[in-house]
Amino acid sequence: MRGWSTPEPFAVEERHRVFACDRKALARGVRAGMAVSAALALAPRLRVVPRDPAAETEALLGVSGWAAQFSPGVALEFPDGVLLEVSGSLKLFGGLEPLLERLHRGLAEMGWSATLAGAPTPRAAFWLALAGKREFIDSVAELEAALAALPVGVLRCGDGTLEAIGVRTLGELRALPREGVARRLGQELLDKIDRALGLLSDPRNFFIPPARFRAAIELPAEVTQAEALLFAARRLIVQLCGFLAARSGGVQRFVLGLRHRDRAATEVAIGLVAPSRDIEHFTLLARERLFSLALAEPVREITLQADDVVPLAGRNLGLLLEEGKAAGDWEHLVERLRARLGTDAVCGLVLRAEHRPEHVVCVGEPDSKQLHLDFGERPFWLLARPKRIAEIGAVPHHEGPLELLAGPERIESGWWDGDDVARDYFVARMQNEALVWIYRERRGEGGWYLHGVFA
Amino acid sequence: MAGTPFPFAALLERPDIWRGDSLSRTGTPAVPSGFPELDAELPGGGWPAGALTEVLPAHEGIGELRLLGPALAALSNRGLRLAWISPPHLPYAPALAAAGIDIAMLVVVRTTSPIETLWAAEQALVSNACGAVLAWPQGAKYAELRRLQIAAEGGRAPAFLFRSPQIAGEPSPAALRIALGTAAAGGLAVHVLKRRGAPLARSLLLPAIPPAVRGKNHHVDRHPAAPAAARDFLAWLVHA
Repeated sequence: MRGWSTPEPFAVEERHRVFACDRKALARGVRAGMAVSAALALAPRLRVVPRDPAAETEALLGVSGWAAQFSPGVALEFPDGVLLEVSGSLKLFGGLEPLLERLHRGLAEMGWSATLAGAPTPRAAFWLALAGKREFIDSVAELEAALAALPVGVLRCGDGTLEAIGVRTLGELRALPREGVARRLGQELLDKIDRALGLLSDPRNFFIPPARFRAAIELPAEVTQAEALLFAARRLIVQLCGFLAARSGGVQRFVLGLRHRDRAATEVAIGLVAPSRDIEHFTLLARERLFSLALAEPVREITLQADDVVPLAGRNLGLLLEEGKAAGDWEHLVERLRARLGTDAVCGLVLRAEHRPEHVVCVGEPDSKQLHLDFGERPFWLLARPKRIAEIGAVPHHEGPLELLAGPERIESGWWDGDDVARDYFVARMQNEALVWIYRERRGEGGWYLHGVFA
Repeated sequence: MAGTPFPFAALLERPDIWRGDSLSRTGTPAVPSGFPELDAELPGGGWPAGALTEVLPAHEGIGELRLLGPALAALSNRGLRLAWISPPHLPYAPALAAAGIDIAMLVVVRTTSPIETLWAAEQALVSNACGAVLAWPQGAKYAELRRLQIAAEGGRAPAFLFRSPQIAGEPSPAALRIALGTAAAGGLAVHVLKRRGAPLARSLLLPAIPPAVRGKNHHVDRHPAAPAAARDFLAWLVHA
C-alpha cells in the first residue's frame, strides 16, 4: 500500500467496494465506497488488491516504531492512526513547524502519505486528521469550535443513523438533548465527544517498540533492477534508522532479504566497522551491494532485519574546530570499500612473533593491536611466494648476476607445523642497482629463491 | 616625487605577490619529506598535501618506499591512516616497523581491476580519513587522474601515485612529479619533472640508502656496468 512508483493506478478493495485508492486513481474518478466494477470501468488499468488487515497492522506498528524517535508517548489508534504526545518534544526539535517538517519528510521517505493534525486531546487530534483537516489547535477554547465543524463520520459509529436523522456535524449532534441521544444512540457516543473535548479523561497505552527490527515491503511487480530494489530498501532503511533513533541505539549489522517466487530468499548481510544509524551511509552500502549482486530470479518482497541493537554513545564536540575529520569517516571508508570490493580486500597487517618471513605478517582487521618486535634487515616488499632464480657458476642470477651485499642470515624454523624452512638469506644487488632479498634453500635440491625487494 | 625611495624589496616580500622565478611558499600545505635537500626544492617544504604526487621509479626496488618512509612514519605516528591501494606486493610489516611506521595505521586495499584501483583511491581521498594515500594505478587516463586530483584537493592528505617511467612525457594534473633513478653509493637520484613553481633543472641526490648497504660499499667490488645504466636513465629522462 505504500505509494509505489508504478504507472498504473492502484486501489484496495473490501467486500467488492473500493476501500482506498491512490492519487492516480482519484484523478480518474475512482472514489472510496465505489463498487469495484464501477472503478474498473472508470480506470480499466486499475490494480485492485484485497484489503489485508494484518499488513495494515504491521504498517501501523512500523510507523509507530519509527515515530518513537520524536516522543516517548506514542499510542496506536487502530486501524490507521498513530498518536504522538509532542508537547514535551517541541523544545528539542525547535518548535512545532520543524517537528512537522521532519515528520512529513520521514513519512514521505518511507513511502507513506499521512494527514497530520494536532489538538490538546488525542481523540480530537485523531478526528481532525480523519476529517482531512491539517489543523493544529493549541487552546481548549478553539477546540470546541473546531470539533463542532467536523462531520459525524469521524465517530465511526458506522450505521448511518446520524446522517439519516439529519445530523451532519458534531456541533449539530451536541445541540441535541443529551438524554435523548444517550437513550437512542448509547452513552458511549457522548463519552467519545467528551473525551475529545477534554471533559473526560482519555488514558492511552503507550506503544513499546520491540527489541528487534523487522520490516518488509512487498513489491508491486517482480523486480530485477538494482535501482528499484534500492528504492524499496531505502524506505526500510529510513524506518530502521527512526527505530534506532528512538532507542538511542545503532546496529553493526543488518540483513536485507530478497524474497523470490520459487527460490530461497537471497540474503544480503551488511556489516559495519562500528555501530551506526546513518540513513545515507546505510543506503550507500546497500547500493554497493545491490548493484554488484547477480540475481537468480526476480524479487517479490524485500525485508530488512536487524537483531542486535547496541547503544550508540553520543559524541561531544570540541569547543574549537579540531584538526582532521572525525574518526567516523574512517569507518565509513572501510565499509564503503568493503561493500564494493569484498570484506577480504581491505585489511590491516599484524606482526607475529615468528622467524619464518612469510609467517611474520598475517592479514588482519585494520587497527589491530601490534607487537613490537625487532627483526634484522627486511625488505619493504615481500613476494607472495618465493620465486626460483637461476644459479650460473655458483652466482645467483636475476636479470643478470646478483652481487651479495649482506648475509647469510640463517632462518631454520617451523618443524612443528609441517611448514618448516631452512634457508640462508642474503641482501643482493641487481644489475640495475635494485636491492633484493634472496635465499639459498638448504634442503632437498637447494637452489636460490627471490623473496623480497628493498624498495 | 621626493622622499625615501620606494622599498621595492619590501614589496616583493608581500605574500600575495608571486615571482615566476621562485617557488610559491605561501598557502601550500605540505608534509615534510624528511630529506632537507628535497624539502628545500619542494613548494611548501615537503610533499604537497591535498594534491597528487606522481612517483616514477626507473624500476621496482629503486628506493621508492625509502623515499616516502620518513613522511609516512611521521604521519602514522600522529595517528593518521595510511591507505595502500593495490600495491604490487605485500608491504612487509617488519621493514615498515623498522622504518618507524606504525603498522596499526596501515590498511591495504586489494583490487582486481585498474578501474577499482582508481575508485578506491578516490574514495580514500574524498573521505578525508587518511593521512596519506598510496596507489598503484595502471594505465590511468588524464581525465581519471584529474578526478583524483580534485578528490585530493578536498582533503589534507598527500596522494602518491606510483606509475611507470614511460609516462613521464604524458601530461598529468599532478602537483608534483618526480622520477627516481639510482646514484652512486646506493643513493637515490630524484629528478623533479614538475612542481608548482619554476622547474628544477638538476636532479637531487638523496642519501636514502638501506641499512644493509650503509658502510659496506667500500668493501664490495662494484660491477662496472651498473652506474652506466643509471646515467643512461637520467639522460633519457632529461630528454623526455
